[in-house]
Amino acid sequence: MILSGHGLAIGYKDHVVGRDLDIALATGEVLALLGPNGGGKTTLLKTLLGLLAPKAGEVRLGDRALSSYASRERARLIAYVPQSHAATFAFTVETVVLMGRTAHGGLFSRPSAADHAVAGRMLERFGIAHLCERPYTEISGGERQLALLARALAQEPQFVVLDEPTASLDFGNQGRVLHEIRALAASGHGVLFTTHDPNHAMRAADRAYLLRAGALVGQGAVHAVLQREQLEALYDAAVQRIADRDGGQSAFLPG
Amino acid sequence: MVRSRSAAPGLLVAFAVLVAGLLLSFAVGRYPVSLGDLIHVIVAKLGGGAAGVPPAVEDVIWQVRGPRVLAAALVGAALAIAGTAFQGLFRNPLVSPDILGASSGAALGAVLGIYFSLDVFAIEGLAFAGGLGAVAAVYLIGAAVRARDPVLVLVLTGVVIGALLGAGVGLIKYLADPYNQLPAMTFWLLGSLAAVSALDLVRLLVPIALGTLVLVALRWRMNVMSLSEEEARALGVPTAALRIAIVAAATLVTSASVASAGIIGWVGLVVPHIARTLVGPDFARLIPAAALLGAGFLLAIDTLARTAAPVEIPLGILTAFVGTPFFIWLLTSVAKTWSVS
Repeated sequence: MILSGHGLAIGYKDHVVGRDLDIALATGEVLALLGPNGGGKTTLLKTLLGLLAPKAGEVRLGDRALSSYASRERARLIAYVPQSHAATFAFTVETVVLMGRTAHGGLFSRPSAADHAVAGRMLERFGIAHLCERPYTEISGGERQLALLARALAQEPQFVVLDEPTASLDFGNQGRVLHEIRALAASGHGVLFTTHDPNHAMRAADRAYLLRAGALVGQGAVHAVLQREQLEALYDAAVQRIADRDGGQSAFLPG
Repeated sequence: MVRSRSAAPGLLVAFAVLVAGLLLSFAVGRYPVSLGDLIHVIVAKLGGGAAGVPPAVEDVIWQVRGPRVLAAALVGAALAIAGTAFQGLFRNPLVSPDILGASSGAALGAVLGIYFSLDVFAIEGLAFAGGLGAVAAVYLIGAAVRARDPVLVLVLTGVVIGALLGAGVGLIKYLADPYNQLPAMTFWLLGSLAAVSALDLVRLLVPIALGTLVLVALRWRMNVMSLSEEEARALGVPTAALRIAIVAAATLVTSASVASAGIIGWVGLVVPHIARTLVGPDFARLIPAAALLGAGFLLAIDTLARTAAPVEIPLGILTAFVGTPFFIWLLTSVAKTWSVS
């Protein structure tokens, strides 16, 4: 299955943030969205999620326009992991994960025993089953990100879209989340995530999509696209590349 | 699979509060009824047979106090349920049923009815129409403003419209006959259950049951809608349509209580908080817990209202006296049941 945007103009109300964007994501691959602040990453993300209508062009999911899907139908195919999850009420972690099952039940239904089983599996998968009784507001930022990943997978989607999944996490948790992103692609999901760190894209993504001031400035396999000159142009700042002589891995340092 | 933390103790506490409120309000009054007599009468009524108490005691319990006790329980439950729904929907624990103008709209309708010397039915009908009309106006204005945070726009519009309706109430009171109309208006605006009849109970019960049914049916969707707008939509919830359904149901419930009992503030703000500390934020348990606690709370308040002084004390004044300090204490001590880190 493919989630794609064709000739998209994106934005809010009368304010157009980006134009002429073509983007495609297939199941089983990871696409990283990079670019400076205000460049339209989140807007593009929300347009592909169907939360914002495109100003022009069309988002397609499979062989249909995304706008032709009912909200429940769409939620069974695309899951969203929001950036900073501000919870107002102290739901238990299990309840938060169960919310991922909403689109699988009727309007007046509550989660069934089968839904509890799915949520339980997802809690196990991300190693947070021991937290299931804890209030979501009282667990750490890393645990919260894992709970939101578990909720997204509880939707049993084809695609998972994450908005800056590594932001505000400590170094160890960043690594865990990147590892989970790879694991999602390995289990057949198409993954799209935004990040401020090109190294995270190198670590977890197959392809990168570079967005600057609402325009596409480069896309392709991460190692081909994420080059020093490209990144310096993208961020309008100096970048240094560091290579590991033995493993052939490389990383970028800002400044 | 381990099920979520049991809500049974919390619901039991809430149920105990209701039972205590019922016993208190049946027993206490100008004609005191002993607890033993009360239990005999209730058992006799439920199981059939004679209670073995003087007929006057039975009359006090069923004829004199019965309708008023039931009305207090219904109105308390209704205001608490509406408050629970509004707080969840607006993701804000400081929101109450008055926030969308339901109470002030109903108040304007009622004082207009009194000003034009209409009969009781017409006054209550106007109060009802005023509440629904105010919320509809707030909703339409809020929807016309296309902002990124529709909830905030709604709340702000509610505050503005509420102020305008309050000015309307002030104007009518200023124009009213100070000897006949003004006392009636003032008394009604402060809230009272003194004049409740058996017929009032039916007029209370039907809209309250209808609105509550909608909210109970949507309890899981309401959990999801207490997340951010975009998350709820991404989880497959048609938020725009459901928001209208929830607001309409909660307004119906609020307007019905305001139309019969006048303006009784604070219940819809304070009770949902207590319910949340008892059973957590899941609406499946929160709605029944809030209903039980709200009923018990208003029963206690109404008993106080008719017994604390030689004349009846308006309910709205008592709930404010009890509610304000309680709310301040709540803010400073148990804020963790809803705050974010």
